[in-house]
Amino acid sequence: MKKIRCALIGSGNIGTDLIYKIQRSEVLEPVWMVGIDPESEGLARARAMGLKTTAEGVDGLLPHVLEDNIQIAFDATSAYVHAENSRKLNARGVLMIDLTPAAIGPLCVPPVNLREHAEKLEMNVNMISCAGQATIPIVHAVSRIQSVGYAEIVASLASKSIGPGTRANLDEFTYTTSNALEKVGGARKGKALAIINPAEPPMIMRNTISCLTDDEPDQDKITASILEMIGEVQKYVPGYRLVNGPLFDGNKVAVFMEVAGLGDYLPTYAGNLDIMTAAATRTAEMFAEEILAGKIQLPTPEVA
Amino acid sequence: MSQSNSLKGRKVILHDMCLRDGMHAKREQISVEQMVKVATALDAAGVPYIQVTHGAGLGGNSLQHGFAPHSNEEYISAVAAQMKQAKVSVLLIPGLGTMKELQSAYDCGARSVHVATHCTEADTSPQHIAFARKLGMDTTGFLMMAHLNDAEGIARQGKLMESYGAQTVYVTDSAGYMLPEDVKARIGALREVLNPETEIGFHGHHNLGMGIANSIAAIEAGASRIDGSAAGLGAGAGNTPLEVFAAVCERMGIDTGVDLFKLMDVAEDIIVPMMEHVVRVDRESLTLGYAGVYSTFLLHSKRASERFGVPARDILVELGRRKMIGGQEDMILDTAMTMAKERGLLKSA
Repeated sequence: MKKIRCALIGSGNIGTDLIYKIQRSEVLEPVWMVGIDPESEGLARARAMGLKTTAEGVDGLLPHVLEDNIQIAFDATSAYVHAENSRKLNARGVLMIDLTPAAIGPLCVPPVNLREHAEKLEMNVNMISCAGQATIPIVHAVSRIQSVGYAEIVASLASKSIGPGTRANLDEFTYTTSNALEKVGGARKGKALAIINPAEPPMIMRNTISCLTDDEPDQDKITASILEMIGEVQKYVPGYRLVNGPLFDGNKVAVFMEVAGLGDYLPTYAGNLDIMTAAATRTAEMFAEEILAGKIQLPTPEVA
Repeated sequence: MSQSNSLKGRKVILHDMCLRDGMHAKREQISVEQMVKVATALDAAGVPYIQVTHGAGLGGNSLQHGFAPHSNEEYISAVAAQMKQAKVSVLLIPGLGTMKELQSAYDCGARSVHVATHCTEADTSPQHIAFARKLGMDTTGFLMMAHLNDAEGIARQGKLMESYGAQTVYVTDSAGYMLPEDVKARIGALREVLNPETEIGFHGHHNLGMGIANSIAAIEAGASRIDGSAAGLGAGAGNTPLEVFAAVCERMGIDTGVDLFKLMDVAEDIIVPMMEHVVRVDRESLTLGYAGVYSTFLLHSKRASERFGVPARDILVELGRRKMIGGQEDMILDTAMTMAKERGLLKSA
């Protein structure tokens, strides 16, 4: 079966984990890995896994886009360079999946709104944040039953799973996730809290999602909706698990989740990273299926 | 004895916590009027720094940490306007509070900030510390749950905070777990690596009754700033009771610049009548100190205990075993529910 050929930008943990997930896909094929350090382990590993590599950043990839028929790129660099990467690749007709907090394009949580984006052929979709991917499906599962005035999430993350970029820019994580709880989750107001826990052995990612409904919560309907949503997420993140709840307390609905990763490249406790790469892969697959079925067509490159 | 005598003439800056850490002991329910009354009295007693925010600091109003009756901005503005000499400070925990909220607190009159991270995660604070300095605030890096990192580790983390711009680095005994020798080792290691002009502070909790002794040990090892709370109003068994500490300092010849009798009056006449429960070392707060658990977990655990029938002490010990840290209050309910299921008190979903 024909596959859509992909480039991965950023040869760190996320980029490397993406190789594994994309290699398993029936509709995607990892072809290029883009880094900035010729000595980096990530590029060496990508070469060993059969990918073409460049250490010249996105500019090193551009001359090969057409000849190698690259149609989807994943950006796992940083918010600061993403805009430029996206502009250059979009101009060559490449669709961009953004794993940075840049959020230039529409925010995407696969079981909530991926189909809309795929049908509209958005050329840049943003994957929000790990906490966003892990919690927004639950907020949406409540808000699709009845209106939610306020949604609050607490993400507890293993210290070893949090890279220097996130650490140095924790406010961006807070703003991006809070905003997405409203825009995608459907709460009128959203608030995101992050805790970085250094316990050894590292703790598996935990998320607590609390929603305040405007009217008394319909416990049966909300519980059924949440369980159904968990099943949807489990299709691409099998380790997405309900630990406790839903707990009802007046108009408050609280859900206590755990996210274990698949352990492809990243350890299983880093469910926060795994859910990002899994959601990004799922998103790319949806676009790829539409392209292969001829339902959407990527634009013709502006530059030859 | 010679060591004690050597502290004679040392200057120590006191920082009162009863209108921030004390919010925890009041389930975040202190009114603006009470805040102004307490702060005015502390100001008159010569306390140089008074912390005023939600117990969890800027951004603290939440389902996770409880909602105070007023915004941080309302509290800070009301208090700052009345201060004759004291500076108003705030707490900012990155991941909860943001720079937007710090700007807003500054605009309301806050001039000092504790930027707090878990004791191993200092590198989540660079943007907040740098921003506080840019605002011209008295800026502290505040290493919480300091018993969970060794002396060398604390020194490395403190050095990071100094490199971001912190003018003071605190060893924060959030669990009230540390003993004087633990405090001395950490403060001593910091003193060795920090620049001479960088100050060192200690923030104690009284869960093992060691608040005063630990604070004195901190000064012996080189600390010049001490957090305490009038009448000890704070999370767990409370903070180092400030009036008691001031009295000990006076006996030892340590110069705090506060009026001891006025401070005693604030504690007795204003703070004690405000207490909803007597803040003291009781079975549960002692468990915090014994098991090394974040002091704020106290009242949450008692509530979870009432709801799910698992004793608060059992919940606290389990939270300590699972190495839960400040900010993970959601895990109290979660842990209580899991334990209740194991004990057949709650049916599994």
